[in-house]
Amino acid sequence: MIHSLFLVNASGDIFLEKHWKSVVSRSVCDYFFEAQERATEPENVPPVIPTPHHYLISVLRHRIYFVAVIQSEVPPLFVIEFLHRVVDTFQDYFGVCTEAAIKDNVVVVYELLEEMLDNGFPLATESNILKELIKPPTILRTMVNTITGSTNVGEQLPTGQLSVVPWRRTGVKYTNNEAYFDVVEEIDVIIDKSGSTITAEIQGVIDACVKLTGMPDLTLSFMNPRLLDDVSFHPCVRFKRWEAERILSFIPPDGNFRLLSYHVSSQNLVAIPVYVKHNITFREGSSQGRFDLTLGPKQTMGKGVEAVLVSSQLPRGVLNANLSASQGTYTFDPVTKMLTWDVGKINPQKLPSLKGSMSLQTGASKPDENPSINIQFKIQQMAISGLKVNRLDMYGEKYKPFKGIKYMTKAGKFQVRT
Amino acid sequence: MSTNTSYNDQGGAEAAVEVGQEGTLTSSGTGAGFGLFSTDFKKNDDLKEMLESNKESLKLEAMKRIVGLIAKGKNASELFPAVVKNVANKNIELKKLVYVYLVRYAEEQQDLALLSISTFQRALKDPNQLIRASALRVLSSIRVPIIVPIMMLAIKESASDMSPYVRKTSAHAIQKLYSLDPDQREHLIEVIEKLLKDKSTLVAGSVVMAFEEVCPDRIDLIHKNYRKLCNLLVDVEEWGQVVIICMLTRYARTQFTSPWQEGVSFDENNEKAFYDSDSEEKRDRTEAKPYMMDPDHRLLLRNTKPLLQSRNTAVVMAVAQLYWHLAPTHEVSTVTKSLVRLLRSHREVQYVVLQNIATMSIQRKGMFEPYMKSFYVRSTDATHIKTLKLEILTNLANEANISTILREFQTYVKSQDKAFAAATIQAIGRCATNISEVTDTCLNGLVLLLSNRDETVVAESVVVIKKLLQTQPTQHSDIIKHMAKLFDKITVAMARASILWLIGEYCERVPKIAPDVLRKMAKSFTSEEDIVKLQIVNLAAKLYLTNSKQTKLLTQYILNLGKYDQNYDIRDRTRFIRQLIVPNEKSGALSRYARRILLAPKPAPLLQSAFKDRDRFQLGTLSHSLNLKASGYQELSDWPAVAPDQSVRNVEVIEPVHETVASVKKSKAAKSEDKFYSDSEGEQEDRKGSRNSSSSSNDSSSSSSSSSSEGSGSEESEEETSDESAKSSSQSEKSSSESEADQKKEKNKKNANSKAKSKAVDSESEEENNNGPMASSSSEEGSSASESSASDSDSGTEQKKSSSKSKPKVQERPRKEVSLLDLDDVTPSAPTTSKASVYSPSLLSDLEGLSLSSVSSPMQVNVQTFGPVKSHELLHHMSGKGLSARYHFPRQPFLYQPSMVHLQVTLTNTSDHPLEGLHVGDHSPASITLHRFNTVDRLEPQASVTVSMGIDFNDSTQAANFQLCTKEAEFSVSIQPAVGELLLPTSLTQPDFEKEQGKLQGMNETSATITMAASHCSSAVLSKRVLSMAHLGEVITGHDSIHRFAGRTVSSGALVLVTVEQREATGATITVNTDKTVMASMLLRDLKQALASA
Repeated sequence: MIHSLFLVNASGDIFLEKHWKSVVSRSVCDYFFEAQERATEPENVPPVIPTPHHYLISVLRHRIYFVAVIQSEVPPLFVIEFLHRVVDTFQDYFGVCTEAAIKDNVVVVYELLEEMLDNGFPLATESNILKELIKPPTILRTMVNTITGSTNVGEQLPTGQLSVVPWRRTGVKYTNNEAYFDVVEEIDVIIDKSGSTITAEIQGVIDACVKLTGMPDLTLSFMNPRLLDDVSFHPCVRFKRWEAERILSFIPPDGNFRLLSYHVSSQNLVAIPVYVKHNITFREGSSQGRFDLTLGPKQTMGKGVEAVLVSSQLPRGVLNANLSASQGTYTFDPVTKMLTWDVGKINPQKLPSLKGSMSLQTGASKPDENPSINIQFKIQQMAISGLKVNRLDMYGEKYKPFKGIKYMTKAGKFQVRT
Repeated sequence: MSTNTSYNDQGGAEAAVEVGQEGTLTSSGTGAGFGLFSTDFKKNDDLKEMLESNKESLKLEAMKRIVGLIAKGKNASELFPAVVKNVANKNIELKKLVYVYLVRYAEEQQDLALLSISTFQRALKDPNQLIRASALRVLSSIRVPIIVPIMMLAIKESASDMSPYVRKTSAHAIQKLYSLDPDQREHLIEVIEKLLKDKSTLVAGSVVMAFEEVCPDRIDLIHKNYRKLCNLLVDVEEWGQVVIICMLTRYARTQFTSPWQEGVSFDENNEKAFYDSDSEEKRDRTEAKPYMMDPDHRLLLRNTKPLLQSRNTAVVMAVAQLYWHLAPTHEVSTVTKSLVRLLRSHREVQYVVLQNIATMSIQRKGMFEPYMKSFYVRSTDATHIKTLKLEILTNLANEANISTILREFQTYVKSQDKAFAAATIQAIGRCATNISEVTDTCLNGLVLLLSNRDETVVAESVVVIKKLLQTQPTQHSDIIKHMAKLFDKITVAMARASILWLIGEYCERVPKIAPDVLRKMAKSFTSEEDIVKLQIVNLAAKLYLTNSKQTKLLTQYILNLGKYDQNYDIRDRTRFIRQLIVPNEKSGALSRYARRILLAPKPAPLLQSAFKDRDRFQLGTLSHSLNLKASGYQELSDWPAVAPDQSVRNVEVIEPVHETVASVKKSKAAKSEDKFYSDSEGEQEDRKGSRNSSSSSNDSSSSSSSSSSEGSGSEESEEETSDESAKSSSQSEKSSSESEADQKKEKNKKNANSKAKSKAVDSESEEENNNGPMASSSSEEGSSASESSASDSDSGTEQKKSSSKSKPKVQERPRKEVSLLDLDDVTPSAPTTSKASVYSPSLLSDLEGLSLSSVSSPMQVNVQTFGPVKSHELLHHMSGKGLSARYHFPRQPFLYQPSMVHLQVTLTNTSDHPLEGLHVGDHSPASITLHRFNTVDRLEPQASVTVSMGIDFNDSTQAANFQLCTKEAEFSVSIQPAVGELLLPTSLTQPDFEKEQGKLQGMNETSATITMAASHCSSAVLSKRVLSMAHLGEVITGHDSIHRFAGRTVSSGALVLVTVEQREATGATITVNTDKTVMASMLLRDLKQALASA
């Protein structure tokens, strides 16, 4: 399936290569570079590129292209999903997945890739199994290893590999037993010029950090499970139990994992937590444009809107923006024409605003489209859909775990057309 | 030095430079290296030294640096001899790095690589499965043709390894060997065939992958494993799922008939095939008209559906394409939601999913219409995502939603991304042609765009308008006039050419403007682009024909200009036109037809989706994504006209066949309807040992065959720990061996039991939360039982027919009974069963193992039990050849059979080798029935497992004897329960208690007076002693001195009432009221002991 893997950085250098079958010359990447050149933006490189003898499937994460070389028919999503899993694993191991991190840990990367893929077919992709085979590098362990000569590589086949719960390693022990669940909802909105909502969707995930001794069996129930329209589970969740009772019953993996992602049915009206008043105009014939933007909270159930960040791609004709922000700071990049305004927290008494003028190229005609505004924000302690966890119970182990649930709402792709 | 030069030859100068830098970075000794080459040489030298040193840390360091070189794509092959020496090193990390190196360079250094082979051969015999597996991995990755026989041998051996992990590795090795030496195909197919039969979920994905690579055409190998694969699918790891689903899609297309009903046209070809099959089927079945889906076809659809909830996008896509290609038309839309969900994923995933949705949305608008808004474009999307979304929106447009879509398009047209704006204009054009209601609106909109400032937008609009006007039979001279006016402003060649073509084509509708345009063009002819010049010539020619009076001179002027143009195309065209239109003596008959040639009515261009022809490829494939046949693409065949023989999927006996089974097989061959029958009972009987064979008259064997036929028909449902089927098999064994009367009794009892069970479920679910899993598993049990009873009505009818032919009527009863509790996997399209199958066998066992055995704080109706439950020795490890077993009574009702006493057996392997196939064999006496635990496939050394079993002691303390079997040996064990364990607590109020006690007077009452140990006098301690001795429930009484306890016997449910009345200081009277007098006296004796002893 996957023949070879090349890692290409933003400047177009191959900084790592790995072959699972016979060696494919790195010149095959020339086709990729060609496509990269043709694409104006890094994101515009097509994920699947045919070449005379091979097919290149690539993903772009953290400004690194992971280019897989394929020789014959294979579901492209299979490769894409695997590449993303590789990136997730690197991130899990090294904290970040940057070129520097990969170069520093090239041996671990190689060992990981060796375990994750055999003859191009995924072998072990569960992070719990991999961590038993190859322990993540830590400063302490590196020191111990250099002194004692022990290694990061496990000698036994991870028990998970053979069990019915491959995602959990055995013999987990903690002095503090804790289970944290984060309900994070993202709200995707398009608001049109007049302020009416064109489309609004809520997508949520429940991320968990479970550090429990032994083999706990958890159940998580919701107050209002009917809200969830479409769900996808971590493999640990017992599907039938969900079908029958709408209860999440599972033996959790050890550590961080995504338990569930869901979509809230679009029938429900979505409460939009912020509103935007905007007045962006370019006058014909003049080299000036007006820019006026005010944000305000709306339907937030008394919770504060934090970490607000407004960004907008201004038209190409704009030379500079001379604005004043009532709160926070703004930057305008004259090259990319990207205006960003870091607002911070919205104070309902004193609404943040950004006002001023834009100077346009003289002689240039009035841009025919107003820029659209993208907004990011966070609201703590609230799930915008109203989803509530009812209770979390643990069976199978005797101790009392510490349980915690956190809610958060974030802006997903929150776009205002002006 | 020679190594150095060879290195440079291979690596090239640039590589050497880089290596040199690497050297300065990593090795401190080379800091002063001025000459890059010497640094390089020195560096490799020190690597060699390090590798040859005695210190492991140095070796490891060297290997790490070498791996760094490999990762960078540098050549490090000259170190091969030094590296290969370390292949047998003890340090596992070093060894692994050596493996990495070896696999990378073995091909180049074949002779040296051979030195390492013996190490791997030795490692293949290692007791550690990880080492065996990795040895096989490396051995098979060394692409040296000379070791092909060794690899073949290793693969064959590993394919029958005990460890499923090693077997998985051998499946991978098959593909490697095949790519190295395709001549080994036949041998490899044998191994694949063997591995396909493997029941481990770990192996399934890999072996199917090997199958796809080596012999995708050998579909016959799948038949026998089809049902097993379907059933295992949920538990296979996600990557394997994708491969298996894709393979099964292909398989199903060759084996089943089309589920797409007539009238609903899906694809012309397929529809035709369907009609054919219809007529064929008529011969087979009497009523062929209503389409009957093959139960195996249904099984596949049902078992893949839960995978739509997978977190792996590739799995979801695989299921989606399976439904698209295999499901009946009305069921395909089940995948919609999940596909739309994938759009939230990474950009690359979006790209592929959108491509597939685009293809799907052409054929089935309805599927995605409700989710139209999910395809709205955001300014932050990548361009190719935007284009795909646009494509889908266009496909989805219909009369009802067109206004919304057009409004959305209006925003897109203004996008700063001009390529996208242009694509939007084309999309508007397509909407306009597809939906006649909006054609005029679109056209007007497009005309407005003509005054747009952006050239590309205008040009695209002109081109689209041109196409639209061509398709419009109505007159649009206004638009043409408008365009002619705009002509001066438009600079894009294509747009200018389009306008000129339009004016020429419809010159009769704009008789005044056309010559004027020509006049202008004549002026600017020389400065136009070629494509425009051609259209000017065209326009001139057309005008000459229609309006020669005004344009004759202009035309001649233009033709003259064209004659001397630099471009030969234009010169050619000019010459041709001149000959055609200007009559002279040389031009013959052709010029007479000039008008008909130039002004012929032209067919309108078709505006259609770019995804129109993509449906020739299977969805989700690379070929589909590229719209190009990728190498190795397997064509999805059309549905067969006639379904091939279904019976090929029935599973045959793998292990030695019992004689009686063979006879059954013969009779089966004679009957065509016996397709439901499987021979799986052969296995079953093997497991059962000899007990059945002792009573194996023809009757019993045939009845057992019939009972197992309702089982999924695939052996693994029995094997694979599915509770239901395990139970059913135990029941079938029971029923087949016992007399008719027994069976009758059984049945009655079971009916009662199932009632009791549902009651139990109710009461349990009312309990506190802490016994949640317990309650749920029992309710699941209950629901699956009811589901299968529903399915019984479906499947039963067919089977009844077949069985009633040859068998005495008596046999039917147990058979039906079995299916009542059986999770029937082959029930033909019974919708109720779909839920049940979702629950995979191993999940069930997982649930059982965790919720039953590990809940150590038992939950009972109003009863506290005390302390750690006493466990008893069942089998000592000395007598059990390393297998030791202990059992205890968890004091919970046994879920599967309330009349049984629940006990948990902890099996521990104290030997140094794994034990396999632990199960319960024969038991005695016959009056005792027991519910066997599921076979424990494998118990590793020092591991232990707790399993639940149930025994119906019939309310006697007679010991239950049974065989505890491993693969190699059998051990007779016996369980003698204390009488107190044969009870279940009952809650009674005090008045009820007294009333019941009143009924059980006289000979049903036994009592004794004792002197209690002083420490037991307090009421709390007293009741604790009683409750720990006997599984009873305490009745709340007003008195401190009188304690009452109530319970029922587990098997028959007879009431057992115990009263302890304290007198004076230490004296007490114990009274036991029950109609089981034997039990009463034994209970009394035990209670006396418990209270009297200190």
